[in-house]
Amino acid sequence: MLRYLDEYRDADVCKKIAEKIRCISTKPFNIMEVCGGHTMAIRKNGIHSLVGENINLISGPGCPVCVTSIRDIDRVLKLAEAKDVVICSFGDMMNVPGSDTSLSEARALGAEVKTVYSVNDVLAFAKKDPGKRFIFISIGFETTAPLTAAAIIRAREEKILNFNVLALNKTMPKAIKAVLGAEDCNIDALLGPGHVSTITGINMYKPVVYDMGISCCISGFEPMDLLRSIFVLTDLFEKDRIEIVNAYERVVCDEGNLKALKIMETVFEPVTSEWRGLGDIEGSGLKIRNEYSDFDAENFFDIEVPETKEISGCICGEILRGTKTPENCSLFGSICTPLSPKGACMVSSEGTCAAWYKYAR
Amino acid sequence: MCWAVPGRMIEIDGTTGIVELSGVKKDIALDLLSDVSIGDYVLVHAGYAIKKVDEERAKFTINFFKGFKKDA
Amino acid sequence: MKTITMDHGSGGKLTHNLIKNMFFKHMGNDILDRCDDSAKLDMEKGKIAFTTDSFVIKPLFFPGGDIGKLAICGTVNDLAVSGAIPKYITCGFILEEGFSETELEKIVGSMGKWAKHANVKIVAGDTKVVEKHNADGIFINTSGIGIIDKNISLGIDKIKSGNKVIVSGTLGDHGISVLSKREGIKFDTTLESDCAPLNFMIREMLSYTNGVLFMRDPTRGGLATTLNEITAESGMGIIIEEKTIPVKEEVRSACELLGMDPLYIANEGKVIIISEAPAAERIVDLLKIHKLGQDAAVIGEVTSVNPGKVYLRTKYGGEYIMDMLTGEQLPRIC
Repeated sequence: MLRYLDEYRDADVCKKIAEKIRCISTKPFNIMEVCGGHTMAIRKNGIHSLVGENINLISGPGCPVCVTSIRDIDRVLKLAEAKDVVICSFGDMMNVPGSDTSLSEARALGAEVKTVYSVNDVLAFAKKDPGKRFIFISIGFETTAPLTAAAIIRAREEKILNFNVLALNKTMPKAIKAVLGAEDCNIDALLGPGHVSTITGINMYKPVVYDMGISCCISGFEPMDLLRSIFVLTDLFEKDRIEIVNAYERVVCDEGNLKALKIMETVFEPVTSEWRGLGDIEGSGLKIRNEYSDFDAENFFDIEVPETKEISGCICGEILRGTKTPENCSLFGSICTPLSPKGACMVSSEGTCAAWYKYAR
Repeated sequence: MCWAVPGRMIEIDGTTGIVELSGVKKDIALDLLSDVSIGDYVLVHAGYAIKKVDEERAKFTINFFKGFKKDA
Repeated sequence: MKTITMDHGSGGKLTHNLIKNMFFKHMGNDILDRCDDSAKLDMEKGKIAFTTDSFVIKPLFFPGGDIGKLAICGTVNDLAVSGAIPKYITCGFILEEGFSETELEKIVGSMGKWAKHANVKIVAGDTKVVEKHNADGIFINTSGIGIIDKNISLGIDKIKSGNKVIVSGTLGDHGISVLSKREGIKFDTTLESDCAPLNFMIREMLSYTNGVLFMRDPTRGGLATTLNEITAESGMGIIIEEKTIPVKEEVRSACELLGMDPLYIANEGKVIIISEAPAAERIVDLLKIHKLGQDAAVIGEVTSVNPGKVYLRTKYGGEYIMDMLTGEQLPRIC
């Protein structure tokens, strides 16, 4: 048995919670699941079909691959052209197309590209082969950024100077605010990102909850966790109450992981970041601080690229803000498919459109 | 986003360790945690332990669901 | 360390010594030993099954097998799932200059051993050597011939609505055990590849039942991809029940760790069987008699609804489409 996983996968309990949700839900209710992992888990387990007609589960911008701009992909691909450079990336990024090509295509044409499970593997490669520069493409939110920061600190301690990072990490709070603050936003509650919250703690949701009058329930990823969180939010909504609830208490606490946060702040500082589908959001990206510039790939390479445009007809921005669904998009399922993704929401398997294509057709 | 799974610590050596998930063992980095002991369950994300599972609070979760099991 | 050089591929003395002292030593039989340019084979009258495959796996040696064992079993299984008795195999080798002779002998020895085990003869072969960096160590190509029993008639056109989908055992073992040794992912597991010749198990099963309509082995792309091939070729739909699909605990753990799906992971010792509904349970029982079929199970059925699509019903009551694998399945962080 997989401890702390299988206990939360009881089909009978899920059916009972779903029944209770349907019982107490009396009016239309839009819940945004911020995290792409939640989108996948909900669709894969059919949660969306169990909670009744009133409840709409809407995917938000919490998919780091989806929100990486085409421009940033192009910058990665420009890096891949450099001599004696090995690009190291998570598998998630390999097939994401830039304006012209992707990392897996670049590899086919001779670029040195490795997929890695962990940034630690890149450190090991760099140590073993000092003649090449190993550049880690760092994507991810607050769950993943501390890992890159820890690797940079370790690289400094062990003097692994041929280890570089291209920092493309983003942070959640400003993006959530941007989505909820949009004029056409019709979100009634938030399903809070469970693993981001293990690092950040709960405090960052307070402005959202109290200023915007929207409840937030931090949720785990197993079916019972998701249904519990949806039940909690529905109950609050029906009673006109606004609260933050931590329903992933086994790994999320109020203050988060202070050590990880400190490590992250030591290496990174906030910067404006371009979110595909949402545009520039101030203070929502992470940049490597000057003190660690010797590990910053941007210091060693000129990777400026021309401006890029989304394909005409793409409504990813509205989908990411929760105001439209993939079925509203004229490109969905025809021109835009997982094999040939044209917009942010289709590029990653946990993007809204990719998840709909796979699980909800 | 943020695929992470709980594993049990079976070996610790400074800032590295080995977790076990039902027979599968993987070496992971412990740079982001202090006070981890053998037998603790940790959440593993991309080769790092990012949080210890709080076994007491997990019991609270299970108790919540027990309520649903009883509701026949 | 003795290595393969360009001279080994030149056709001269070194080539002949390699063939005699290594290939013939491990693979030799009455036909191969004749050293003819072509193998001359006595064949029974009737239909033959004829297949080809190439093997480029990395790493070359993995828990439970190696590229050589894979080459023999893969070819034997392609013939066996077509309802044929595998008889003869050929193998062509492309070796990279500098490849270790010791490793080559291990691989060739493994092929000889597993050919004997599967009761097939390796009757022809070829060896070429290419310059360093022009091949990745060793590539193996095989072809295989089998005799189709005239009493057995399998075909994609025989698949009808209501037929059952059976799998002969646990899924994902091979892919995960290979992945555990791959640079950059390495993890410890007791899992071994399920690589094995299935011909005896299949032959025995077929001799006790007429209910088998079609078979295929779920290799690259796993169960989901192979079922998609079947629905695309037959024009039928398939629905499978998640809770009935046998997956080893360690495969599950590894997939949880890496963010992968066992239903898309390669198998090298499993067969998918489409059978008439009344025969399904008996077929499972027949498979279970064998060591290689101990975990056999009925996992779903063929439908006329949603033609060309494969659906999975989750234990929570949801259903979703299982598409074919679009590219390489990679471990993910999201």
